[in-house]
Amino acid sequence: MNQELMKRTIGYYPGCSLEGSSREYKESVSALADAFDITLEQVPDWNCCGASAAHNLNKKLALALPARVLAKASAAGMTELLVPCAACYNKLSVVQHELQNDAALLAEVEEVMGQKLGSPLRILNIIQFVQEEIVPRLGNRVVQPFDKVACYYGCLLVRPNDILKFDRVEDPQLMDEVMQALGAETIDWPFKTECCGAGLSVSRTDVVANLSGKIVKEASERGAKAIIVACPMCHSNLDMRRAEINKRYGMKYNIPVIYLSQAIGIALGLQEQQTGLHRHFVKVDHTEFCKMQQRQPVTEQ
Amino acid sequence: MARIGVFICHCGENISATVDCPKVAETAYKIPGVVFSTDYKYMCSDPGQTKIKEAIKEHNLTGVVVSACSPRMHEPTFRKACAEAGLNPFLCEMANIREHCSWVHEKSEETTEKASDLVRTQVEKVKRNHALESIKVPVNKTAVVIGGGVAGIQASLDIANAGHKVVLVERDPSIGGHMAQLSETFPTLDCSQCILTPRMVEVAQHPNITMMTYSEVESLDGFIGNFKVKVRKKAKSVDEKLCTGCGLCTTKCPTKKIPNEFEQGMAMRPAIYVPFPQAVPNKPVIDRVNCKFFTSGKCKVCQKLCPTGAINYEQEDELVELEAGAVVLATGFDVLKTTYFPEYGYGKYKDVINGLQFERMASASGPTHGEIRRPSDGTIPEKVVFLACAGSRDPAKGISYCSKICCMYTAKHTMLYKHKVHSGTPYVFYMDIRAAGKSYDEFTRRAIEEDGAKYIRGRVSTIYEKDGKLIVKGADTLLGGKPVEIEADMVVLATAGVANHGAESLAQKLHVSYDNHHFFAEAHPKLKPVETNTAGIFLAGACQAPKDIPESVSAASGAAAKVIGLFSKSELTREPVVAKVNRTPAPPFSSCMGCFMCKEICPYQAIDKEEIKDRAGNVVKVVAHINPGLCQGCGTCVAFCRSKSIDMEGYTNEQVFAEVEALLNNS
Repeated sequence: MNQELMKRTIGYYPGCSLEGSSREYKESVSALADAFDITLEQVPDWNCCGASAAHNLNKKLALALPARVLAKASAAGMTELLVPCAACYNKLSVVQHELQNDAALLAEVEEVMGQKLGSPLRILNIIQFVQEEIVPRLGNRVVQPFDKVACYYGCLLVRPNDILKFDRVEDPQLMDEVMQALGAETIDWPFKTECCGAGLSVSRTDVVANLSGKIVKEASERGAKAIIVACPMCHSNLDMRRAEINKRYGMKYNIPVIYLSQAIGIALGLQEQQTGLHRHFVKVDHTEFCKMQQRQPVTEQ
Repeated sequence: MARIGVFICHCGENISATVDCPKVAETAYKIPGVVFSTDYKYMCSDPGQTKIKEAIKEHNLTGVVVSACSPRMHEPTFRKACAEAGLNPFLCEMANIREHCSWVHEKSEETTEKASDLVRTQVEKVKRNHALESIKVPVNKTAVVIGGGVAGIQASLDIANAGHKVVLVERDPSIGGHMAQLSETFPTLDCSQCILTPRMVEVAQHPNITMMTYSEVESLDGFIGNFKVKVRKKAKSVDEKLCTGCGLCTTKCPTKKIPNEFEQGMAMRPAIYVPFPQAVPNKPVIDRVNCKFFTSGKCKVCQKLCPTGAINYEQEDELVELEAGAVVLATGFDVLKTTYFPEYGYGKYKDVINGLQFERMASASGPTHGEIRRPSDGTIPEKVVFLACAGSRDPAKGISYCSKICCMYTAKHTMLYKHKVHSGTPYVFYMDIRAAGKSYDEFTRRAIEEDGAKYIRGRVSTIYEKDGKLIVKGADTLLGGKPVEIEADMVVLATAGVANHGAESLAQKLHVSYDNHHFFAEAHPKLKPVETNTAGIFLAGACQAPKDIPESVSAASGAAAKVIGLFSKSELTREPVVAKVNRTPAPPFSSCMGCFMCKEICPYQAIDKEEIKDRAGNVVKVVAHINPGLCQGCGTCVAFCRSKSIDMEGYTNEQVFAEVEALLNNS
């Protein structure tokens, strides 16, 4: 089989954050896919994963929403599904696991949806995607290697550990390994999975300022020059709420918060606009966290 | 004609709650051959047994069915009662209507019917029972004790002092076990070594005890009274007879950087070593994995230096076969390493240590000579946080049980720390203080009230290092879950006590059952706590479950008493449930064709050839013969015999088929 010559196509579920508050995440994932000639095939007629609201209201709804996304993907012939948003990834993975292990529940949910769930999908988070599809093909394309960074995983990518099976539950390493492939030195810090304040971002900004502030403070004090994230919620709290954080801590932390996909874009020398870096609240200046520029970026072919 | 009596037990409410016992008795009375049937609240009690005895005499019974619990516990009880009434004990059978019926079903008609069916099977069986005589086997009055910790030492001394021979097998180069590693002991704070080392010496000098250190049990065959234990004596590379224990070799060995197991990795040892200065025997062994000569072929420094020429690199492992009448398992436990805890740093923080490491630190003979110093930089810690229940009582960690010893030793640790570092502050995070034991609660109160240990009821979520300090984040659940953060200099995890490494494979070699956590299982949790399900194999100490020193010693003495009891008779009676080759009138004498396939497959070498001779002494036929003393009644030969000439006494094909038919005919 000449699979190398065929264009790689992978199922793709953006979710709502990537359409709204985290447009830059979507832009950077798309830019990466383009740069590596990967087609992202969106799940047809996709819907909300339920986010943080559904499971507080109605258990069946909380199961049926992600299940419908999975059913649509499966019906479209997808076997793998890239889910960049950590919350969507968590919801889809947990629901798939729950339904696979409970035939009675599955039957109920299928009745609610009015369709079959279909065969199970391999659900990929952004780190897995990057590690499998991008890192092996980096070759000599890294033109702006990173300096010292802090990888921050948050909670949704790693918990519950029984289902998501991340490498090390309290001290995950996968993102660190990707960043090391981009030349970065990743700091060894104990805040990788600490809570950022999550959905209190809207209702209790004081709590978020306190919790996210600790993360920003620790990363800065331990010498990191950028915080790398893989979750829209974490990004919002660390980036958008920076003014509150600085006010609360009486400091002027200006460490930028960058999505993993953006980080790769920076390393490859993609334009700031392509990966949405201009949309951040905390200014992103790659000269602050990249080692010297080695050579000119490869221009579009 | 058979005259069977049926006795239905209520077992208090254990059976009668779901089974209609009077009805079962009524139904049983209608079975052909049953001449008496009754029910009673506790058939195993004295009045219950008397009922059976009286019925045997009054109704001239030829067989008895007691329908009650599992035969495991009370079959001997009821058979004895029958024997006392003059009925051959093997004409008594039990129908298990408790474990097999009342405990596993709801109260219903069907449950009662099932109980009746079970009774019917045994009535049909017992009709076909024959009177059997018990088999007598000799007892070898030597005990093998596996494990040389405090439990193994105690068991060995008790058995040896009663005048019996003991072989003590220890995996490590020295006996002593974990107790030799401890600094002081609770609740008296007396020095562990001071009370243990004299007993270690006593073992070494006892005329009835043979010590086999650096040795492991390879296999065990045979049965109670007649075990064959194969022991691998690992090559020490040092001739014990020539070695005087001068220690010159250990000081000159060029390989010095091997983590010392006895010091829990907090000190280094050479490749030729004695595990600790008070070791028994106090003679070194060569660790071949790390020895320069064994890894590179060059060195031989120890051989050149040894004044008595005791070093022998060519020495090989030796397999020794021991014959013994009883085995005591005393293989002890282990504690989890700090690497087990991701939330406390995966073992990467040097100043997070476990309880056993703290013991070595506090011990006068330890790596710091008894001074409490941080492993990372050797400074004296001013704040030490002790975490009880690190792993224990935590189903998420796979360990649901309480390790039992940690509450006490943590209290002890805070005292030892406070007695050595007067300005220091010990903190303890705990779930509950479990100090049940003689003078135990007083001891923990003393730690809190006199020595000022600060006890915080709550769990620690995470520990991380910052600027040379360990940040311990936890909650105080007595203050409504208030978050607590302590900047500690050192953290001691009271990690869970777990089964010793290799416990599972040893249990399999010895045919001893073990629990989910690989601790060895006792025969009965209350009434047979030192017995295993394998007759003649006993348990002592923490190989059964985490135990403190007094408990381990008590269990060891208990196991020793069982062994001494076993050795008090020169013969054992065994159940005559053995295979037998049939004999028929001549000719053909037996349906056995003499193929001897049974002899090949018998796992106990119990089958021989037997010559049948005529009056003139000429051999007319050669048939299989089963030695009843060796046969274990496994039934392999019965299943294998091509001419169906072998049957199991007490479980003949006829009897088993009768049981099955009794069920089938009813439905």
